[in-house]
Amino acid sequence: MARELQLMKGNEAIARAMIASGCDGYFGYPITPQSEVMETLMAEKPWETTGMVVLQAESEVASINMVYGGAATGKKVATSSSSPGISLMQEGLTYLAGAEIPCLIVNVMRGGPGLGTIQPSQSDYFQSVKGGGHGDYQLYTLAPASVQEMYDFVFDAWDIAFKYRNPVLILSDGAIGQCMEKLYTRDNVARWSEEERRANAPWGTWGKPAGRGHNIITSLELDSARQEVFNHKLQAKYAEMKEKEVRFEALNCEDADYIIVAYGSSSRIAMKAMQMAREKGIKVGLFRLITLFPFPTKQLAEVAKRVKGILCVEMSAGQMIEDVRLATQCGVKTEHFGRFGGIIPTPGEVLEALENKIIK
Amino acid sequence: MTEEIIIAGFGGQGVLSMGKILAYSGVMQDKEVSWMPSYGPEMRGGTANVSVIISDERISSPIINQFDTAIILNQQSLDKFEASVKPGGLLIFDPNGITHEPTRKDINIYKIAATAKAQELGISKVFNMVVLGGFLKLKPIVDKQYIHEGLEHSLPQRHWNLIPQNEEAIEIGKNLIEPVQVL
Repeated sequence: MARELQLMKGNEAIARAMIASGCDGYFGYPITPQSEVMETLMAEKPWETTGMVVLQAESEVASINMVYGGAATGKKVATSSSSPGISLMQEGLTYLAGAEIPCLIVNVMRGGPGLGTIQPSQSDYFQSVKGGGHGDYQLYTLAPASVQEMYDFVFDAWDIAFKYRNPVLILSDGAIGQCMEKLYTRDNVARWSEEERRANAPWGTWGKPAGRGHNIITSLELDSARQEVFNHKLQAKYAEMKEKEVRFEALNCEDADYIIVAYGSSSRIAMKAMQMAREKGIKVGLFRLITLFPFPTKQLAEVAKRVKGILCVEMSAGQMIEDVRLATQCGVKTEHFGRFGGIIPTPGEVLEALENKIIK
Repeated sequence: MTEEIIIAGFGGQGVLSMGKILAYSGVMQDKEVSWMPSYGPEMRGGTANVSVIISDERISSPIINQFDTAIILNQQSLDKFEASVKPGGLLIFDPNGITHEPTRKDINIYKIAATAKAQELGISKVFNMVVLGGFLKLKPIVDKQYIHEGLEHSLPQRHWNLIPQNEEAIEIGKNLIEPVQVL
């Protein structure tokens, strides 16, 4: 598929990007609102064109462990699910992080807790960036706010995953997953040849050449001294991500008296609220998080110095706001506004919250 | 130009595909577009709706609750969305199955008897295009040639032989729509 303009759903964009970015395998289990990812993969039959494997596993637990097995060989392997399914994968995620296996996980969030609702939500922020599984680990977490970003971030995910030998999470939600927008597709990137895979993943379990030691993929280390050294190595990796891989978008923040901080579909709603506020003469900016981990701490702190108040908008009871307050050292009035349980706030509600909670 | 539209009716009436054809036509005319469906339990219960935005500028929120135009194909949707039309906006409804008509005086109300006309002509499958034609008569936001391209992109190639019928239905709709005076 050459670069062309299309109209498609966010979920479909994820699937097409996987194929176009040279993904070797996808293992998943259907769940609303992300089922179109696997539906699209099955309809496209990439095993007949690029040779990519697409397999419906018996459960999310099986999917994530298939990812572990496939990705341990240095191949580009992905899975996707929605909130309850991602909860089932948490053990696998911490093992992947602990074994330093690059891979891609997509969470198209729905309302919780529990089975919750199938409507959009953003209440998996804590799960995504504060652990979820056990141990001191982080997932590099990207929050797309458009169908185009759903597509582009899959390509970016492989770069980060292999550069840092770390799982990458694309944290989306049912609104972006189900929404259709314009999309410019890219030229296909060929799947890695055997030689390329060995060069890009020298640590992988792709066979032992004579003269080289065994490549062992494990998250088990019973010697605590060594495990501490390993943990320091992980922390150094996360510190490097914080230094080099932070992404955000600041819109109208230069002259803003107030800013809204948001990510994903909430940031789109907030953008409209910002426009409505500006029409009323209120100088509002939007600070959109693109990476949730690493969090743009320094960059947000810099903007926050110049404003009178910050409204955090998230389809949750207030999760991201904790990191916003940490970034600004609570130096500026910061409040949360959110709808949750599958309700999407309207731009009017966001503006009202800004006026009532921050400006008044 | 920004046009924010809600299309709402029963599942099976072609609500989502009407929105998709309109949106794809917008893409072909180099507009910014978004298409946001209801996919929740309401869809499973039989009603369906989709918000379509067509604009010359970057679209902020694809999720909206105030509309320039509401295209309404059943009573539940009329009850739900009549109040969401912006003052001065447009409400189009098909009178089929409507027991109480819209009452607002600050919006422009039109009706299009598309269900009856499509049945009469034996073209019920393209009923939704009759409705779309009515809308395009009042708000020609995408040109005819791009509608053709939108149809090509929205329909699988095996159904391209149906494109002329779809285009005829659009023309029928243009002649069918009529204003409603709220007394």
